[in-house]
Amino acid sequence: MTASVPTPATVPAQAHATAALSLGDDALVLSHRLGEWAGHAPVLEEEVALANIALDLLGQARVLLSLVGDEDELAYLREERAFRNVQLVEQPNGDFAHTIARQLYFSVYQQLLYEQLAADAGSPFAPIAAKAVKEVAYHRDHAEHWTLRLGDGTPESHSRMQRALDALWRFTGELFEPVEGLSVDRDALRDGWLTTVTDAIRRATLTLPDGPQIGAWTAGAGRQGIHTEPFGRMLAEMQHLHRSHPGATW
Amino acid sequence: MTGTDWPLWEVFVRSRRGLSHTHAGSLHAPDAEMALRNARDLYTRRSEGVSIWVVPSTAVTASSPDEKDPFFEPAADKPYRHPTFYDIPEGVKHL
Amino acid sequence: MTTTAPETGALEAVFEAAVAADERIEPRDWMPDAYRATLVRQIAQHAHSEIIGMQPEANWITRAPSLRRKAILMAKVQDEAGHGLYLYSAAETLGTGRDELLDKLHAGRQRYSSIFNYPTLTWADVGAIGWLVDGAAITNQVPLCRCSYGPYARAMVRICKEESFHQRQGYELLLALSRGTEAQHAMAQDAVNRWWWPSLMMFGPPDDESAHSSQSMAWKIKRHSNDELRQRFVDICVPQAESLGLTLPDPDLRWNEERGHHDFGAIDWDEFHEVLRGNGPCNEQRITQRRRAHEEGAWVREAAAAYATKHAAEHGEATA
Repeated sequence: MTASVPTPATVPAQAHATAALSLGDDALVLSHRLGEWAGHAPVLEEEVALANIALDLLGQARVLLSLVGDEDELAYLREERAFRNVQLVEQPNGDFAHTIARQLYFSVYQQLLYEQLAADAGSPFAPIAAKAVKEVAYHRDHAEHWTLRLGDGTPESHSRMQRALDALWRFTGELFEPVEGLSVDRDALRDGWLTTVTDAIRRATLTLPDGPQIGAWTAGAGRQGIHTEPFGRMLAEMQHLHRSHPGATW
Repeated sequence: MTGTDWPLWEVFVRSRRGLSHTHAGSLHAPDAEMALRNARDLYTRRSEGVSIWVVPSTAVTASSPDEKDPFFEPAADKPYRHPTFYDIPEGVKHL
Repeated sequence: MTTTAPETGALEAVFEAAVAADERIEPRDWMPDAYRATLVRQIAQHAHSEIIGMQPEANWITRAPSLRRKAILMAKVQDEAGHGLYLYSAAETLGTGRDELLDKLHAGRQRYSSIFNYPTLTWADVGAIGWLVDGAAITNQVPLCRCSYGPYARAMVRICKEESFHQRQGYELLLALSRGTEAQHAMAQDAVNRWWWPSLMMFGPPDDESAHSSQSMAWKIKRHSNDELRQRFVDICVPQAESLGLTLPDPDLRWNEERGHHDFGAIDWDEFHEVLRGNGPCNEQRITQRRRAHEEGAWVREAAAAYATKHAAEHGEATA
């Protein structure tokens, strides 16, 4: 693989590189998790829907990582500690309710974040965000529709959806931590997120989880390269083939 | 609707502005909102459309093939409905 | 309405005349029961093949060695789910619902293409499936675009259009491997060695042993014989393999000037029949995964149905 020699126009400052990696890794990792559903979805129509979302996210990841360097070097040759994604997106798929809860929490965040970035003419991410925000709005719509149907469906689906919302709640606080190189109104982000998520959960006859939104361990979280145990396995699977053939072209 | 049998929907897609919606196929969905979304994912993932209609298949009333002759043959012997029926002298324009 | 014998005879004559004139038969037309049954069986088998066929390739989505390849593979596996949906819809126009067909698949009472009972052992298998398996499928499917049954023919038109990228991506993938490192080249050759013969079996048993062929040909459900399509496929693949720099694993493969076709070696039909009987390397695994996905998804499908029932009234009011 040839080392890419980026032109000055595409080289963001160090802080911007960190931001691009953060957003890019979020999209890359969530796309990978959604890709794991292929062949396992609860209904064929959902195979198509989940793949569409995964492909949107993978497209976003490739653009964002390419701002920083070679997309494949970044995706396949970084160690776990160098990944900047939030822990939420790396959480295993679980049952369909867990996947939908993860989608709800993340897509609402991503839509609000990208709306802010798209509106900020000074942000180097404005053009990317402007395109991505349309995709992400659909992801949010998908997550909300399923949250409603699972929450207000059968007693079993209701309890599964509630369990999933509760289980992932403690990974949501990280979404509002500062990201180096991203200037966003974090209060607006948090308020908007809480309003939208609360509304969806209430309409689905579910209860907003009331536990803490972050874990008790203060060593850091995904944005600092501290991840959860399942992430290492995910990366091992994702990177194995690429790493087994150093320098090969695919 | 019982159990897991989602009803069938007919999908109509407008491929671009200026054209009418055309039947694209059918799919299953629990309700109209999901049918619309499933149709979007299934029938327009290669940019095949700018607008979608979904209609419950049970809402479609179709002519019966048994009625083929009485329904459609009477139209066949009325050529005066078509412009080619009329002889116009050569050289007459804009007609 | 009661149908008396003479009327059936007249209807059959209308049907036969339409088929003879290359007109399409549409869902509400009268058709012989056997024609309907043959179509349901064939379309179902085709639909099942699409959705079982997702598995061997999905096996590599999480390990795809570049992001570009990963996107391509996800889009391809997604297409297969879509194609399954188009085909189940076509079967549904004949009065057989998807749930019923899936139940038969899960119970082992309906088949899918036996090619998907082979494992994808390396990344190169993804390329070999695209080039050879999809190539064989396209050779089979292009004539189906002119099948006498309208909904099936229309589904096939859409599928063939979408599938053209499937074969090309597989070929391109193999080409990259063949021209890559020594290890990559070996990986590509190994995959072609394993997939070549099963691909030839995809055209079904030889013409003189094919149980359903002649009636299907008469009804114009099928347009060419198994052997005819198999020969066409071999003739197409030989130069393509040369361009790839890979060898087809058949010492008897050579050009026959007289016939204007390639001669090729004997196919191991015992293997074919064994795999059909359920003794392929992955028969059990494939159907188990399919059944599990379906069973584990039941609560999701039930939830959506229950929600729709609960909210049907309010939706009706909203749109009234």
